Amino acid sequence: MALYILRRLAFVPFTLLLVAFAVFIVLRLTGNPVDIFLDINRTPEQVEELTRRLHLDQPLPVQFLIFLRDLLHGDFGESLQFSGSAALVVWQRAGATLQLAGTALALAVALGVLGGIVCAVWRDRAADALVSSIAIAGQSMPSFWLGMLLIEFFALQMRWLPTSGYGEPKHLVLPAITLATILLPNFVLITRTAIIELANEQFVVTGRSKGLSRSRVLLTHILPNAVNPVLSFLGIQLGHLMAGSIVTETIFAWPGVGRLLITSISHRDVPVVEAAVFLIATIIALSNLLVDVLQMLIDPRIRRA
Amino acid sequence: MKKRRLFGKRFKLAVGGGIVVLAVLTAIFAPVIAPWDPYHQDLMVRLKPGFWSPNAVPGHFLGTDNYGRDLLSRLIYGSRLSILVGVSSMLLSALIGTLAGIIAGLRGGATEQMIMRFADAQMAFPDILLAILMVAAVGGDAINLILVLGVSRWMVYARVVFGLTRSLQQRPYVEAATLYGGRDFYVMHQHILPQVMPVLTVLATLQVAQMILQETALSFLGLGLPPPAATWGNILAEGSTRLFQAPWIANFAGLAIILLVWGVNMLGNGLREHYDPKLSGR
Repeated sequence: MALYILRRLAFVPFTLLLVAFAVFIVLRLTGNPVDIFLDINRTPEQVEELTRRLHLDQPLPVQFLIFLRDLLHGDFGESLQFSGSAALVVWQRAGATLQLAGTALALAVALGVLGGIVCAVWRDRAADALVSSIAIAGQSMPSFWLGMLLIEFFALQMRWLPTSGYGEPKHLVLPAITLATILLPNFVLITRTAIIELANEQFVVTGRSKGLSRSRVLLTHILPNAVNPVLSFLGIQLGHLMAGSIVTETIFAWPGVGRLLITSISHRDVPVVEAAVFLIATIIALSNLLVDVLQMLIDPRIRRA
Repeated sequence: MKKRRLFGKRFKLAVGGGIVVLAVLTAIFAPVIAPWDPYHQDLMVRLKPGFWSPNAVPGHFLGTDNYGRDLLSRLIYGSRLSILVGVSSMLLSALIGTLAGIIAGLRGGATEQMIMRFADAQMAFPDILLAILMVAAVGGDAINLILVLGVSRWMVYARVVFGLTRSLQQRPYVEAATLYGGRDFYVMHQHILPQVMPVLTVLATLQVAQMILQETALSFLGLGLPPPAATWGNILAEGSTRLFQAPWIANFAGLAIILLVWGVNMLGNGLREHYDPKLSGR
């Protein structure tokens, strides 16, 4: 088991190395880095400073190694639009993103699993048809449009909630609902499928035939076994969650890493872009690791495999 | 065991296929259908509502936007880019992914490890983040969007095709072809691809929906085609700044997106049930 965790842990730096490689290729090799980092109003001094900082006069492999060395030190350079190091600027926004993403994930898992159970228990009845249809339609819903509809109704028409802002719980409501809705339909459908598949397993049939009630079988036989498929799906969805967070933060002007990333791109603040991308990738890699370890703790079959 | 279902296979294929055909026709014949030039500005009729309101201006069925451009015409033209980018980027990623998956499956060993671990790593990285990064570096014209979206999704196909290739390899006829000295390309073309095709079709259809959503998301974030290009994402983004004065701009753009994406999803699910009768019970 320790060996498994170690193996998974070794995969994290590998993922991040690939991310580093991708960032390096995209931002340094697609065109002239000077053009990507600096806009048309650049001064010769800025160009010189950039050439020195990015070591553009060195051969490419050397540039990449220097890039990696700086990464290990968490050194992405100074932000161009804010004063201070890019890493610090991004780090200060991480709390807001984690708050939003965490709330949304909790909401999506709770409601999604509940919806999935309802669908599976009343399979092919009206409740299932209704919830499943909404879930499938929900998969087609662009999250940014949902966010706008929520703003239109709850903020502009009803004036119950603010359109944007940060700090109080009321500011969190609409963004969290928007972000949760991206994941919610998938959790409903995956829970439904997991339970329906388990319902045909021998231990479930045995449980029923020895006289256990339906609800008893559901609680003690099916649900514990459904945790793992849902959990492994959650691992896959973490990327979606972070991607959705970028869009949601932009709609609601939420001061998180995602919105910072988008504004930094339009300001050509490349150091901040690099730092933000790395932070998001690290969050995803570490959460995936956490999900894997959790799965192993829950399900002895994975431990033996 | 099987029970009646509210939405059967035929319903999904008919409705989904119908919406898709309608959207494609709209895109092709946009110049004929659209009542106005989508870029024609008329500042006298800025932000006018459409047919539902007494303040409507005749001729602008769905109202106008901030520059007095006809919203319906802009939406009709917008379908062109959405469908073009959606389908082309799907084809590109399907091509890369299928090749990578089959090669990894047939060769095994170090080749497999390299391709599949790379796919795993990219899987853990949100595709839109990669797309944002690339668009930020190279800019967002239509070709770039297609390339960026195509590259960001190949691993979805690679994983599925890899698994299928692995199981097909055990079949006697594939083993026989390999033992008789068939080259990788021959085995792939004659024996693997035809078997993979149904699954690929379903996957590719569903991916078109994802690509369309991704493209509108990129446009919405200001990373797609620059304004004034009439794309659904751009219209939605413009509408988002005028939710109070002119909510219809964002609403109709959103409606257009969800309708097409829903139609494509329905078609994909219908196809899946068609190819895999086992699934239609689920």
